[in-house]
Amino acid sequence: MSAHGILASYEYLPSTVDAIEKLRKAGFEVKAYAPYPEHHIEHALGYDQSPVRVWTLVGGLTGTATGFAFTSWTSVDWPLVVGGKPMISIPAFVPIAFEMTVLFGALSTVIGLFILSRIPNVKPAVVYDPEFTAGRYGVYVEADGARLEEARRIMNAEEPVELREGAADA
Amino acid sequence: MAVGTRERGALTHPDVTRLDDVNRDVLKMLSRPGKGWWALFAMCLGGVGMFLGAWFWQIYKGIGVSGLMSPVGWGVYITTFVFWVGIAHSGTLISAILFLFRAPWRQSIYRAAEAMTVFAVMTAGLFPLIHVGRVWHAYWLVPYPNSRFLWPNFKSPLVWDVFAVTTYFTVSAVFFYLGTIPDVAAARDRATGLRRKLYSVISLGWQGTDRQWHHFGKAYIFLAALATPLVLSVHSVVSWDFAMSIVPGWHATIFAPYFVAGAIFSGIAMVITLTVPMRKIFGLEAYLTVKHFDAMAKLCLFTSLIVFYAYLSEFFLAWYSGEEIERHAFWNRLFGTYWWATWTMLVCNGFVPIMLWFKRVRHSIPALFVISIFVNIGMWFERFVIVVTSLHNEYEPWAWGVYRPSVFEMMIMAGSFFWFGFWFLLFTRLLPPIAIQELKEVLPAPMRKKKSPAAAEAH
Repeated sequence: MSAHGILASYEYLPSTVDAIEKLRKAGFEVKAYAPYPEHHIEHALGYDQSPVRVWTLVGGLTGTATGFAFTSWTSVDWPLVVGGKPMISIPAFVPIAFEMTVLFGALSTVIGLFILSRIPNVKPAVVYDPEFTAGRYGVYVEADGARLEEARRIMNAEEPVELREGAADA
Repeated sequence: MAVGTRERGALTHPDVTRLDDVNRDVLKMLSRPGKGWWALFAMCLGGVGMFLGAWFWQIYKGIGVSGLMSPVGWGVYITTFVFWVGIAHSGTLISAILFLFRAPWRQSIYRAAEAMTVFAVMTAGLFPLIHVGRVWHAYWLVPYPNSRFLWPNFKSPLVWDVFAVTTYFTVSAVFFYLGTIPDVAAARDRATGLRRKLYSVISLGWQGTDRQWHHFGKAYIFLAALATPLVLSVHSVVSWDFAMSIVPGWHATIFAPYFVAGAIFSGIAMVITLTVPMRKIFGLEAYLTVKHFDAMAKLCLFTSLIVFYAYLSEFFLAWYSGEEIERHAFWNRLFGTYWWATWTMLVCNGFVPIMLWFKRVRHSIPALFVISIFVNIGMWFERFVIVVTSLHNEYEPWAWGVYRPSVFEMMIMAGSFFWFGFWFLLFTRLLPPIAIQELKEVLPAPMRKKKSPAAAEAH
């Protein structure tokens, strides 16, 4: 999806936060760019808990279950009594189940992150400022016509370094 | 948002005040390498050649070219395996555990430490394959459906170890890669030509949008929370390879914490060994300050004390147990065939780090570098002592024997350092070796100057 929009680059954090707050008050849906995770921006955008944690939990529990199930099943599949211990020796399977918990939990966290944050994203954005990975903050809204002019006015009030018009992929 | 709540202004240096100063300084390291780098790289390539040559010779002739023979079936290969797994551990300690504890000094070193973890586990993982001799059967380690209907014995610590080490490698590689994504994006935005294409692919189209940072921060915390118990479990499992058997000198409940402390001790020493030249070559004095080295030295001292305490308690318990064979095992360590290995271990790990009590030593970077080399050597010998001296004099005196590492074993052991160096050198030139985005979190946020009314009206 690609639509018309306007992107402002800011040098200062307070300008960015003010612009975001004013734009949101005016009813725009704002996308922000930052060179590092900035909690003031997240706060201004009103973020709640990230659902990544659900991915971690489900992945981890799946790993635990897989670890115990697999070790128990293979022990019964070809019964081999070692040291007179019971076929299904739960204590001995704990290390395997633990490692599987971590492995599945970590991989599922990464998959969740990729899905939620829309990466890999090979399609380059039309409006993007390479300074966003260096030292500038960005604010982008999608708008047309009169709404675009309104957004431009709000953005301009916070003294942007640069304003660009075009389309950024959402 | 927890990631943003770092200590602001923890990085104070007159040369680094603006956010893009960090990009300037770190990305400079990715430019054309100098003569020193090429010289080191050529040396490492030569060493890798020696490593592979000796290994291929062993594969061709058979495991008999090593000195391994009954009763000592585990020698330099297993020693080096445990050594490299141990080296890996402090990387995860710095990147995950100190991240969760919000230690303000980890930002500058954690990327290098994490890279060290990945390459060290990679190196360690080769050694069981080298050790088993017939490497073409190495896939037997992995459970897979086969025509003989056999599965690995999941009650064996050796199988636990396969799972622990492969999980550790996978998770630490993923953790490392994830952390580099925003920084590679920063490199992409500055690069041209082929490098730009390469970085575009590696950074997966990262742009630093609010949505990306939001989920990234959370995912990073969860990965750190998973990596923390993982790192403790891996060396515990490695220690159970020994402790679960009944060999005198191995069969001890102290082994898991003793190994974990030793791992972090050797790993932090290796971080010092690697970051001192890195700081010098790349001129990173603004980012790797005496404060960072002081903190690492304190961690080194702390773990040294734990390790030394473990040595002493092992000797004490051997005596206090009254068990003749156990007593012999430890007497034999100090005064037997391999006395020199034990005393090297005690001097390098117990006595040399005593110097770290002094602030003047902790603040002298050359001194720290020298001490870190001693610790690396000492920790290799610690594993040698545990593996070899325990095996060569077991229960039955008629089954005692002496193990001498062959020249091929020594070549492979020495070659593994070059193999590790090869990857680390490539890393310093291809990926940002210092975490750009995390350093920005500890820089003061850019605040706007007083807005003049005239400027406000002009817009």
